[in-house]
Amino acid sequence: MTTSHTSPNASSATAASAHDPAFLLELYRRLVLIRQFEDRVKFLFLEGSMPGTIHQCQGQEATAVGVCAALAPDDFITSTFRGHGHAIAKGLSVQELMDELFGASTGCCRGKGGSMHVGNLAKGMVPGIAIVAGGIPLAAGMSLAFKLRGSRQVTACFFGDGAVAEGAFHEGVNMAAIWSLPVIFVCENNLYGASTRVDLVMRNPRISDRAASYGFRGETVDGNDVLAVLEATRRAAEECRAGHGPVLLELLTYRRTGHSRRDPCNYQPKDEREAWATRDPIERFAEVLREAGLADAAALARIHAAVDAEITQAIEQARRAPQPTIADLTTDVFA
Amino acid sequence: MKRQGIAEALRDGIAEEMQRDPAVFCLGEDIAIPGGWGGAFTVTLGLEKQFPDRMINTPIAELGFFGVATGAALMGMRPIVDVQYGDFLLLASDQIINNAAKLRYMSGGTCQIPMVMRAPIGATGRGSQHAQSLERYFIGVPGLKVVAVSTAYDAKGILKAAVRDGNPVMIFEHKLLYGSKGARAEPGAVDATSEIPDGDYTVPLDRAVVRRPGRDVTILGWLLMAHFAAAAANTLASDSIEAEVIDVRSLSPIDYETIGESVRRTGRVVIVEEGPKTGGVAAEIAAGIMERFGEHLLAPVVRVASADVPVPFTPVLENAYRPDQARIVAAVRELLR
Repeated sequence: MTTSHTSPNASSATAASAHDPAFLLELYRRLVLIRQFEDRVKFLFLEGSMPGTIHQCQGQEATAVGVCAALAPDDFITSTFRGHGHAIAKGLSVQELMDELFGASTGCCRGKGGSMHVGNLAKGMVPGIAIVAGGIPLAAGMSLAFKLRGSRQVTACFFGDGAVAEGAFHEGVNMAAIWSLPVIFVCENNLYGASTRVDLVMRNPRISDRAASYGFRGETVDGNDVLAVLEATRRAAEECRAGHGPVLLELLTYRRTGHSRRDPCNYQPKDEREAWATRDPIERFAEVLREAGLADAAALARIHAAVDAEITQAIEQARRAPQPTIADLTTDVFA
Repeated sequence: MKRQGIAEALRDGIAEEMQRDPAVFCLGEDIAIPGGWGGAFTVTLGLEKQFPDRMINTPIAELGFFGVATGAALMGMRPIVDVQYGDFLLLASDQIINNAAKLRYMSGGTCQIPMVMRAPIGATGRGSQHAQSLERYFIGVPGLKVVAVSTAYDAKGILKAAVRDGNPVMIFEHKLLYGSKGARAEPGAVDATSEIPDGDYTVPLDRAVVRRPGRDVTILGWLLMAHFAAAAANTLASDSIEAEVIDVRSLSPIDYETIGESVRRTGRVVIVEEGPKTGGVAAEIAAGIMERFGEHLLAPVVRVASADVPVPFTPVLENAYRPDQARIVAAVRELLR
């Protein structure tokens, strides 16, 4: 029931030596894949070739990658309207995501979900729950199913700082606590719920402190340090599998892009943006890899180029992907 | 064969389904408490002795535990989740409407939510907030099935069919029809007991049932109003008016096959609803009848419903709120005049 506070600038260089180099390079590739996916999608949206609305996660890539890398393939995640990064981190293909964003019938939700509801149950991701905090009771229920069946699976439930003010947070977290459910509550605290800064809507902005009031452990972690997130999630998952769940992880991070659509983020102070820009999760992890002698600039550039090619190919294919027919309007309502 | 009320029949139905399928479990308030009530109306009384691990008592947190039920169903369990009073469904409605009902569609047909929801409704001397008829708020939600049980036979058969269905199913029950005993007995209760067969049976979720055949007028009702309509038909028979009484039973989808077969013969329809007239289930049924069978109607469809007011407390006003046998008889006589 302790709440530990990790410095936002803690270095991971020593932690890197504990991991397999190929695993670390794969983590880096996933961070870059999410960043480039989001940047390309933003361009497609702004040029008008992609329908709908988008909520993006540039700057927050390490939370998705660090958490999902600590999970087993049969563990589940729940996500939010800002779910592209979670989906890529949990193993959905760029193609099924891009197809979904273009509304194609080959998308992960056959074009019926869209940006806010990406998911693929077969890969352990529930379609994004776009009602703030709506995934929290759901995650508790999923983990109740695991407990009733005696399985070792855990659920990692992603939500933002804004969700903490919802009644669903209190109700879902409390039930997970009283039944010791295997849920890792992952709060991505990016300091803003839409345009509202956390200190306007909570008197105690240390979100991990809330865990103690429900009788379980909370921890604040540097959410822009992918290895710190990975290690914290591994510890949490172990506790959950041992019957000592749930755990609340507060991952401190920052959204480098708008809340949605064409939001220019005028509410984020310039000095705050600049300070967080120096803590970019991808640049920091590149530095870790270079310091550990695992990759030089050329090796990292090759990763960037391969990711770029993969996304370019996915976009070309998604543009040509079949759209649903009008007959699909009324299918998939009932089992 | 044995004679049972709705509460007992539901209890047996739940126990039999839990016995049959280990994925079935109950989630709700004030259940599984030794010395407790077995839910607000005794339906789950004592089941914790037989199923100690699958009767899960919750905090008073309707939004939360309907979400928990949805999540468990998504992972392949078959929860039976209930509220003490239907009015509390409004707290849970985000999880019911935005998650349980929509997840299958927005996942492109890959998610499945096999979940049974049970909710007691009806004006019963409790004032405005433990009394509403909630059916109207849920029949227009795509992805939900909505049923209303007015006899013990139907209650057990529909409960079993709902547990075995692959979708979220909302079952509305009426407080005056449970036949709850002891401290939880309801003043003014109406006999809804049935002869219950010994073996397993189900009742379809999408079928109305003709309770009384007749040639002159079709009276549609459900829950308590199905009983009042049948009583009204008996009174009308003494005037040589033969009313056909249909228990609509399935509120979403509505069984227009059974209703249409009757309407084509009688050409006259009275729909009886406990609940405000404006925006009710009767409005939907009336429109559906006119779209499908308008050319067979000899007169406009008539609705007998409550005033457009919250449910009042004092018995004189509550009795005026709730449609009764006399109002149904008067409406039919007016229609046939």
